[in-house]
Amino acid sequence: MAKQLMFQIKDKLGDVVFQLEDKSAKRTFASIHKADLRQVAGVLHKDFKARFSIASGIDNVKNFELLYHFSFDDLGKIISIRTFVEKDDPVIDSLVPVIGPAAEWIEREIHELLGISFKGHPNLKRLLLADEWPEGKYPLRRDFKNE
Amino acid sequence: MSDKKKIRQTVIPIGPFHPLQEEPEFFKLFVDGETVTDIEINIGYNHRGIEKISEVKSFDQVTFLVERICGICSNSHPFAYCLAIEDLMGIEAPERASFIRTVIAELERIHSHLLWLGLAGHFLGYNTVFMWAWKYREPVLDIFEAITGNRNHYAMNKPGGVRRDIIDDDIPAILKMVSELVPAMDMFKGAIIDDPVIHARLKGVGILTKKDAIAYAALGPVARASGFDVDIRRDEPYGAYDRVKWNVIVEQDGDVFAKAKVRILEIYESIKIINQCLKKMPKGPIDANIKEVPPGEGIGRIEAPRGECIHYVRSDGSNSPVRHKIRAPSFMSVPTAKASIVGQQVADASIILAAADPCYCCTERMAVIDKKTNKQVLSAQDLVRMGQEKTRKLWKP
Amino acid sequence: MSIKVKALTKSLWAFHLATGSCNNCDIEILDLLTPRFDVERFGIVLVGSIRHADVLLVTGVVNKKIAPRLKKLYEQTSKPCLVVAVGACACGQGIFRGGYNTFVPVDNVIPVDVYVPGCPPKPEAMILGVVKAIEKVKSQK
Repeated sequence: MAKQLMFQIKDKLGDVVFQLEDKSAKRTFASIHKADLRQVAGVLHKDFKARFSIASGIDNVKNFELLYHFSFDDLGKIISIRTFVEKDDPVIDSLVPVIGPAAEWIEREIHELLGISFKGHPNLKRLLLADEWPEGKYPLRRDFKNE
Repeated sequence: MSDKKKIRQTVIPIGPFHPLQEEPEFFKLFVDGETVTDIEINIGYNHRGIEKISEVKSFDQVTFLVERICGICSNSHPFAYCLAIEDLMGIEAPERASFIRTVIAELERIHSHLLWLGLAGHFLGYNTVFMWAWKYREPVLDIFEAITGNRNHYAMNKPGGVRRDIIDDDIPAILKMVSELVPAMDMFKGAIIDDPVIHARLKGVGILTKKDAIAYAALGPVARASGFDVDIRRDEPYGAYDRVKWNVIVEQDGDVFAKAKVRILEIYESIKIINQCLKKMPKGPIDANIKEVPPGEGIGRIEAPRGECIHYVRSDGSNSPVRHKIRAPSFMSVPTAKASIVGQQVADASIILAAADPCYCCTERMAVIDKKTNKQVLSAQDLVRMGQEKTRKLWKP
Repeated sequence: MSIKVKALTKSLWAFHLATGSCNNCDIEILDLLTPRFDVERFGIVLVGSIRHADVLLVTGVVNKKIAPRLKKLYEQTSKPCLVVAVGACACGQGIFRGGYNTFVPVDNVIPVDVYVPGCPPKPEAMILGVVKAIEKVKSQK
């Protein structure tokens, strides 16, 4: 049944997914270009009724990587959408207009901890760090120095 | 312990003064007269940067670190983290370890829900419920101490299995202690679910619609009380959950009453699961003996008392995670407070916020701002008192 | 022994002050009220106002943002006021040492009289901590 789902999703999205890795029966990683994020998220969330579980951002030194984890509860499976953002252009579309308030907090968190901007986010202010925390210092970046 | 001693009414200072009473408030409520018009939720006051600290700990040390994210669900985070490592490596913990993990996880669910029950009782003005709920937590903590050596922060999980075994000779005693919870639960059920005053107080209050629950991607009892049927124990079984019989508790009304009912009924299910696991405990090793974590990435998730707890781990073959993303269930459920409190009465604020199930100390940091004057008009203490007063009015015949 | 100090050793009014913690110590402190430990039989009462406090039970890891407020609150207490640092985080940052949200130990901000280590300390240990605080006051006359 999971295989059937993957066929259906691939069918719907076409070449937008340029790399697909079935790590196991429960875990799949699908790589896309950042410009296609809203379309893919919309398909998974609206057409396939997937639940947005969380997003995670990583500083890979040469770029930033964003993973959006969507849970298919009926199948006990997570499909993680992997996309990259350039260091010199750390901007990506916000998913709030597409999947709703579920994405609000995590985008704020990634914004303040990694320094990635989410275009179209209704309220991209700090979530965790104090107001006094200095601008431009992003704790989860590799080049962050503690004090 | 003196059972016969009369339980005196005491001031329980969960609500009142807090060192940061000026700002930042965790819950900032804006009111127009008696109605809540908006809410601002500010978190981060105890942000400890755990994901970053994880990157300098060894994979084994990380289990001790993530335990201390939250004192209430201290087993949930190590469990999810260990599953993430096992997912990364494509291995499974031995069968006996899975059963032990399940017993610990369900005991934690019982203690967490009882804790919540006590707090809810306090906010409603039933301080007796608070005392009794926390009194019945103690045997659960005793079981933890007997099995793991500690009442909290039990450090049972490790990547690949569990650190300590449950001694077979101890199982009858544990079963007995768990069975003694049932009459206590029957009492709570009668006091809360079957009580007409509680019905009048909580039904229709603080409703989170199913549509909103889905829009916020809510989790745990908050979601299930609104008919949003998600439970990782059934959806992506881990531990021993697919080898024992139990039910997912779902209610449809989405109000505070439904949220309380879900939690109380879940305790019965947890008792069922623990009984079956202990009786069917398989023999065998408790540890897969992982020596090294290869490069790769893994996702582990479990159903914590508050909902899906998910960990993402990336490794590059060294001794520490390259990246460790932690998402506790409250991160998704707390924002739903906005949907369930706007338009409600101020007197209901404290119980509605408690039902959205933040970590307990977050509920003490509330303030109420008058929309027109933009000045603080009520403190957390006032809110709790108003909630208790409203219940008292219903007691009159 | 002055009247003030003598009164302190009879019935202690304790105020619980949580900074940034995982709440486990806080829950164990609340547990002291519940039937099993029932500290009220020792005359220890948890109060809701810091101005009434004889003993401050401080838990959690102090970060830079909370530190000045913690100091201000301590100054509001009527002296003598004993400070008990409860838990590994309050005693010395615990497992969060080295984190980027810059922590300082509680005794960098306010003077601490008794340290109760543990993660979390058992309720019995907390009671012992308060008892030791009383003994300390008595011995100082």
